[in-house]
Amino acid sequence: MKNKISALSIPRTTLDILLGTTLVVAFTALILLIADAPVLAAFKNICLGAFSSTSKVSQVLSVWVPLVLCSCGLLYSFRVHLWNIGIEGQIAMGAVAAMAALRIPGPHNPTFILTLAFFASMLGGALWGLLAGLLKTRGGVHEIFGGLGLNFVAQGFILWLIFGPWKRPGIASMSGTELLSFDLWLSTPTGWRVASIGLIIAVLVILLSWLILVKSRFGLKLTAIGQNPRAARLYSLMPERYYLKAIAIAGACAGLAGFLQVTGVYHRLIPSISSGYGYLALLVVMLAGYRIILLPFLALFFAALNVGAIQLPIVLQLDSSLSGVIQGCCVLSALFVLGIRQKRKQS
Amino acid sequence: MDVEFRHISKKFGSVTALTDINLTVRSGTIHGLIGENGAGKSTLMKILTGYQSKSDGTILIDGRETQLNTPKEAASSGIGMLYQEPMDFTPLTVLENFSLGNPGRDRSALRLSLKTLSSRFGFSLDPNRCVDSLTVGERQQIELLRLIHCKTGVLILDEPTTGISPAQKETLFPTLKQLAAEGITILLVSHKLEEVASLCSEVTVLRQGSVSHNASAPFHFAELLDAMFGSIPEQKDKDAPRATGAVSLQMENVVATGERLGLRHCNINCAEGEVIGLAGLDGAGQSTFLRLAAGLANPNRGRVKLFGEELLHNSHACRQAQRLQTSFIPANRLEEALFADLSLSDHFSLRDKQDSFWQAKKNRREQVKKAIRTFNIKGEACNVAGELSGGNQQRLLLALLEPDSRLLLLENPTRGLDIRSGQWVWNHLRRKLSQKTTILFSSPELDEILHFSDRILVFHDGEIVLDCSVSETSHGSIAAAMTGATPQ
Amino acid sequence: MMGDISLPILIASVLAASAPLIIIALGETLTEKSGVINLSLEGVVLFSAMAAFVAAKVTDSLLLGFLAGGCAGMLTGIIVGYFSVYLHLSQVAVGFALSLLCRDLAYFLGNPYSRVPGPGLLTTKVPFHEALPSSLQIIFTQPLTVWFAILLIGALYYFFTFSKAGLNLRSVGENPEASFARGLNPSKIQMIAVLAGSFLVGIGGAAYSLSLKPGWGRPQGAEGIGWICLALVIFGGWNPCRVALGAMLFAFLQVSGIGLQDLFPGVPAQVFQTAPFPLMIFTLIFMHYSIRKNRTQGHTPNPLKQFVQNLLMARAPKALGKSYKQE
Repeated sequence: MKNKISALSIPRTTLDILLGTTLVVAFTALILLIADAPVLAAFKNICLGAFSSTSKVSQVLSVWVPLVLCSCGLLYSFRVHLWNIGIEGQIAMGAVAAMAALRIPGPHNPTFILTLAFFASMLGGALWGLLAGLLKTRGGVHEIFGGLGLNFVAQGFILWLIFGPWKRPGIASMSGTELLSFDLWLSTPTGWRVASIGLIIAVLVILLSWLILVKSRFGLKLTAIGQNPRAARLYSLMPERYYLKAIAIAGACAGLAGFLQVTGVYHRLIPSISSGYGYLALLVVMLAGYRIILLPFLALFFAALNVGAIQLPIVLQLDSSLSGVIQGCCVLSALFVLGIRQKRKQS
Repeated sequence: MDVEFRHISKKFGSVTALTDINLTVRSGTIHGLIGENGAGKSTLMKILTGYQSKSDGTILIDGRETQLNTPKEAASSGIGMLYQEPMDFTPLTVLENFSLGNPGRDRSALRLSLKTLSSRFGFSLDPNRCVDSLTVGERQQIELLRLIHCKTGVLILDEPTTGISPAQKETLFPTLKQLAAEGITILLVSHKLEEVASLCSEVTVLRQGSVSHNASAPFHFAELLDAMFGSIPEQKDKDAPRATGAVSLQMENVVATGERLGLRHCNINCAEGEVIGLAGLDGAGQSTFLRLAAGLANPNRGRVKLFGEELLHNSHACRQAQRLQTSFIPANRLEEALFADLSLSDHFSLRDKQDSFWQAKKNRREQVKKAIRTFNIKGEACNVAGELSGGNQQRLLLALLEPDSRLLLLENPTRGLDIRSGQWVWNHLRRKLSQKTTILFSSPELDEILHFSDRILVFHDGEIVLDCSVSETSHGSIAAAMTGATPQ
Repeated sequence: MMGDISLPILIASVLAASAPLIIIALGETLTEKSGVINLSLEGVVLFSAMAAFVAAKVTDSLLLGFLAGGCAGMLTGIIVGYFSVYLHLSQVAVGFALSLLCRDLAYFLGNPYSRVPGPGLLTTKVPFHEALPSSLQIIFTQPLTVWFAILLIGALYYFFTFSKAGLNLRSVGENPEASFARGLNPSKIQMIAVLAGSFLVGIGGAAYSLSLKPGWGRPQGAEGIGWICLALVIFGGWNPCRVALGAMLFAFLQVSGIGLQDLFPGVPAQVFQTAPFPLMIFTLIFMHYSIRKNRTQGHTPNPLKQFVQNLLMARAPKALGKSYKQE
């Protein structure tokens, strides 16, 4: 996605953001009116729900961590114009790989096992991403359908594990596998809901991704291949190889999110371990214009919406999916504004 | 239907494609339209069929001024075109392709019409076959019948004999004559002088956007060639040939697909230091040849060898060629060799052989500045390639060339450049590069080919029809070879 | 055990379960044949299911419910169509964002009607019910949606194969430039296809909340159906009959999940739900390699053989997903 910054386009971009925001607010208000719900109270409760106490803020951060990890990963695949919809499955398989490492029998040093799970999750996610990539480069299967298919397969695989080899002693249930032993839980500060290690990992990944995508040769090569794969061949680059590398990195980041979900949030493997963060990350990256600058902040915004909306059923008897409505609407209005602007430029 | 072009001109921004075209095509005749690449033939036809708007002038059909702003308007005025590349729908059947766009609804009536028309012209077409299993010639036949069925009064044929067999040609030519006899006006755009001569009663030659000659049958080829390519220029001082004898590029029995007819029976050896000019009309095979040598395309049969090493028959060939110090500069600079949104220094970074983690290198700035100075590129290191003019893009590409390239493959190196820039390019190529570098270049300008090459290869419809050193040939014989006419 | 379920009951259940799938998948086939891919199916199915249920409950009319579902689908179609065809935005981006939006909108607006009883479409007996042997009677006692789905298969087959409008639509999906050259209006045709297709998707969604899985809730039960129908269109090779067959195959897997569970104890039924996707991936790989090989399509005069051959060969509309810009 091009983003030529020139002196002339900046005022228009601000106008575009204003227009987009107005559209989102107007649409959300309309929906609330249709649902016969108090508009201002709803907005207020979302804000309170996300920011009114340290505990709530830390909950926002616990959503922010996997979301921003997946979003950073998607930056690599989007750089080469791949639609890595398979990211949900990559989170899941990363979680599975982490769980597999954590279930290795015998007394172990917890730090060792956790580190092993950390690397296993990256490997698991990367391999699952690579699978979708190979289906594309060797099998001619578009990455959307390969990714979707692998999402479903990963989901089925997790269900099989939870009801099969990894089932709880007694009755297997949808609440997941047995809880991990306490020493394998990632530490969280008292009263907080997010593992401190998770925050550190997320920030490191953001910084590392910025370095790689903006400053490194690898990032430059990815950009070049995304822009013009034909020309890239004349610079000794092989586009297929980089497609695979990019999608593997995206998968690794997603796998990392899975690891943190298992060890820091749920402390076991549950069927919905990916919690829709993969798809949400796709929205975040689309809204961020496929660049890293705004990414962490937009991810925070989306995470705040998610957590804030939990208040809605309690206080206003509304469904919490209003957050999803706002998020989807943000992306669509951004696309709309972009489309209108392009159309005006043409004529 | 009579067609008359009056004072037609067309400008694309500041570039003039057509200047004051005046042309009359009489009803019931086959009128030939010839000219070299870029002469303006396709632009003129696009205007007639409603795809392009004209900048000035009028078109009269049967004496009445007619607006042709969309293909639909052109079609309703009775103008139809048979395109070089069949514009049909491959998974659909013959009958479906025949009926599409036809206002009639009755399927059986259409089927009957197809059958009647087929037999009238001696075509054998099965209505239920899928079009993608047919040959190009048969697909043309369907389109032709469809146009006749739609009561086309003015039929434009764009290189109709490309890709059809001699047998199908035997069927097509009498068909065209029959159609003309029935009153349909036919405009034949072709570069094949012999076919034009056998079919047409009148010929108009376009050169550089204007009418350079009008002739009636019987035709004199020398006259036509002269009008197409311009008069023979004086021989300027030439550099001495510099072939050394060691083999650089070899093509053994190469057969490949690409462009119109690909490449057939290609057996060529090039020596180190040779400067070889590839002449030929658009799509005759020179581009395929260059791409095969660059490793961007793989041959269906045969072998391509660079400095004795055979190129792989897969997508790794390109990298292999670059490892063997072969460089390729395509004609479509922005689409195929540059990154429109990457800066000049980014391009140099990509070229850098050193594999460091970081993009930026300490002396990158200096390197880019030096290149801008040496190659006289009008732009800054931070400008993106898309902002450069065509000439500066070419300079950038030359600046990006590996200094130790042993084989240079250039597709239209002076395309879009003014005279001075062009001269500068050649000066650089001949003086600055090592004497041992083999240079292969294609060009539509015969003057360029004659002046700078030691050896000339002329391509026609996928075959090399002439291979000789520049001293053994002349402007006239090259032009003749390019158009498939037998050399005088 | 499988033997406990008698064959007529099995067939009846498969037909009933496949009806909504067929309607949705055929609606998407219509859209994709014109060259536009509508990735928002997942959300639209849920949204139209919600709209249909709410409308039916409020007006106490099933007909209005189904119409509301169809209109809800068409509403999303307006967005997909306008963004893709007129604004030339990425069809994937629009479809995906719309999918999540519609799903959450459905949950949000449908919340007050969650787990609330409402009207449901009952099965109807065919006119010649008495004349059938008792074992077959159950097969022919189906909700109207089943008959609608079957009629739709025939209608779409006829439309694509014999009608002029269908031919025009297919041509736009294959080569919009050539269609334009022949005087057609590709943008208009694509827009109509998207609207009609999404209307059908809406009807299919309504079929879930008003017939197959009556009611609304979170989850409703129709989750995942949209993605599956996207896969079915590919697996079916964009051919209405094959798509319907694929839908029935999937419905069979759904229905017999209980039986299969006995065969594979400990495996939840959801695992079998993943079946369409590996099948779809294999279809895509098969298509990829069969197109690569130099195939001379064998021409057989036998129309039946030709039909079967068409059934097995699959090729996506060439212009699928690309936005067509008029020069």
